Amino acid sequence: MSDRRVFRTAAPGLKSPGRFGRIRAWWGGWPLGQLAFLGVLALLGWLFVSNVLETMARVGILPGFGFLSSSANFEIGESAIPFRAGDTYLRAIAAGLLNTLKVSLLGCLLATVLGIVIGVAGLSRNLLLSGLVRWFIEITRNTPLLLQLFFWMALTKALPAPRQAPALFGAVFLTNRGVSIPSLSLEGSPFGLLPALALAGAFGGVFWLLLRLSGRLSRRSAAAAAATAVIAVLLVLALSGGRPVVQVPALAGFNIRGGLNLSPEFAALLTGLVVKFSALIAEIVRAGIQSVGTGQWEAARALGLHDGQIIRLVVLPQALRVITPLTTSSYLDLTKDSSLAVAIGFPDLVSIVNTTANTTGQSMEALIILIGTFLAINLALSALMNLYNNRVALRGSTR
Amino acid sequence: MTAASPRLLTTLRTGLFGTRANTLVTIATLLLLSQTLPPLFRWAVLDATFSGNAASCTRDGACWAFVTAKLRFILFAFYPPALQWRPSLVILLLAAILTASALPRLWGRTLLIAWPLTILACWLLMQGAFTSTPVASNQWGGLPVTLFVWAVCFAAATPIAVLLALARRSTLGGLRTFSVLYIELMRGTPMVAILYVAMLILPMALPDALSLDKMLRAIVMITLFWAAYIAEVIRAGLQAIPSGQHEAATALGLGYWRTQRLVILPQALRIVIPGMVNLAIGFLLATSLLAVIGIFDLLNAARASAADPQWLGFYNEAYLVVAVVYFVICFGASRYSRWLENKLAAGARRP
Repeated sequence: MSDRRVFRTAAPGLKSPGRFGRIRAWWGGWPLGQLAFLGVLALLGWLFVSNVLETMARVGILPGFGFLSSSANFEIGESAIPFRAGDTYLRAIAAGLLNTLKVSLLGCLLATVLGIVIGVAGLSRNLLLSGLVRWFIEITRNTPLLLQLFFWMALTKALPAPRQAPALFGAVFLTNRGVSIPSLSLEGSPFGLLPALALAGAFGGVFWLLLRLSGRLSRRSAAAAAATAVIAVLLVLALSGGRPVVQVPALAGFNIRGGLNLSPEFAALLTGLVVKFSALIAEIVRAGIQSVGTGQWEAARALGLHDGQIIRLVVLPQALRVITPLTTSSYLDLTKDSSLAVAIGFPDLVSIVNTTANTTGQSMEALIILIGTFLAINLALSALMNLYNNRVALRGSTR
Repeated sequence: MTAASPRLLTTLRTGLFGTRANTLVTIATLLLLSQTLPPLFRWAVLDATFSGNAASCTRDGACWAFVTAKLRFILFAFYPPALQWRPSLVILLLAAILTASALPRLWGRTLLIAWPLTILACWLLMQGAFTSTPVASNQWGGLPVTLFVWAVCFAAATPIAVLLALARRSTLGGLRTFSVLYIELMRGTPMVAILYVAMLILPMALPDALSLDKMLRAIVMITLFWAAYIAEVIRAGLQAIPSGQHEAATALGLGYWRTQRLVILPQALRIVIPGMVNLAIGFLLATSLLAVIGIFDLLNAARASAADPQWLGFYNEAYLVVAVVYFVICFGASRYSRWLENKLAAGARRP
């Protein structure tokens, strides 16, 4: 019963430090100097904030976040949620955030795909192809992203008018009013495509978790879980009378109707981000694959594996350990660089926060929202990628 | 020649037509190139207009006449043409100090003293000091502004970064926490937001007696922003120094600051120089964001040049000129970084 107490009093050596002692040890040497330094910084910060508040009071602006619920008198060019002039600032900022998330997520996805393709092409033994890739990477890496965005913007503006635009593969229109691509939607069903996908994801996730908790998670059972989830959702859709409809854009009158229309700004921003970051990711992929020694290839060949198997089973698991942390920081950079949208007129978070600051005069609150949101996105993304990274890294080190 | 050409031929033959798949790739690439290169060549050379005015330019080809007419504006923007020798001298001065810094032979105390002096000289030159006509910073523009802001911010951010990196590696809990929070805050924020802080918050936050102009505010905020990035690179270098170095220095009776100054930092900084060069390339490209807050850096000047009513809409030509300038500087710098990395690695291998 009192074993521990007896042990503690009888233990030889130094007295264990109390809570104060531990804090004191953590705080380290030069304690008063540190305090003084931090105190001066805090004083400076307080001085700045009080100056800002004073200026705001002089101009007649009430500090605080109350302006979020007042109505915003500007239109937003495009938005994932319905927005009209007169809705609240909070809704406007949410629309901007959704636009930022949309372009960042799509950008990360497409840049990864294109980056892997380009990175592998750059490793080709074909001199022409690898030379071409080399030049593509050098040019995109050594010119500013903003310049590339301006270029893509000028290019989309120079595209032909809808009536003269040729249809690529009969389904994609590149016009000066934006890019039209075929869209996939559900008709006659109680819920749309995105909720259906979310449902499938949630269902599959629950299944996966159950498998994992019961300790039966393997590659085959995970695939079975995914298949079950998809089939279940398809069944629900079919029973409720929904059917997928592919809508192909077509010329009608002076404009293109149907399908999914991407605005010129969105198309230019997405293209610019994808091109720039695919070059960066291609370099990372190349470095990752080259970091796997030739001995690994030779040993795998000696075991009788063919090229596809070597890449899948031997090279990729080792290369991913180099690639993942570097791609994570590329994704973070892409998300931050999507803020350049403000320069080409795409209504992302930064441009809406800027408009908010200009119309309400509450620039400090607006910038606090902006920086806080980006910090939160960054932390969430890096936490997510760290989870994945742990998985990749663990698989290599369990021997 | 005779000895080299068979080898070259063999390389080309195996490189282009080695296997069947390789031949297919070559043919596909050639097809792609044949689709893209001829129209580009036609635009840039055959259909291009090399002299004359805007009226003589066709819309089918490039208008190089625009470039000859507006090159001065793209490079110097609204700087008074009569005083143009000043920004030209600034470009030369900065090029000289950068070249000097690139030569490992010259690394030393002299260079550390030369940097602030050069920056001061550039500042005075741009301002039009010692003449009857001072030039306000809203008239500055073009390449000198890009290079100047970049050089000043990088030079000023480096000492702050060294202190931040040391604080993050130190055993002082308070300073370490501050350093971690500062670095993560800055690295999580987009540069555009930092520029908006310089534009919107700083004028309100500073007391009236200390009102800075837009250029100076941008320089202050960019310096604070870049310091976080440089600090992380320097921290990587500090981590690479074996703890034996610390212990040996302590055994010799050196205190903290002398250990850092004489033993740790000289080794750590040498390791991180290639990383710093790569960072500097990224920063040079990032200075183009100054356009967002309306400062006429190189890119913004090029955009403004194509908005001239006399030469309206020649954006492609303007952007191409700017792209070439950025590319030459950054490509050269990245080649230099690779050369330096090899040289330093070779130096480290030698006993």
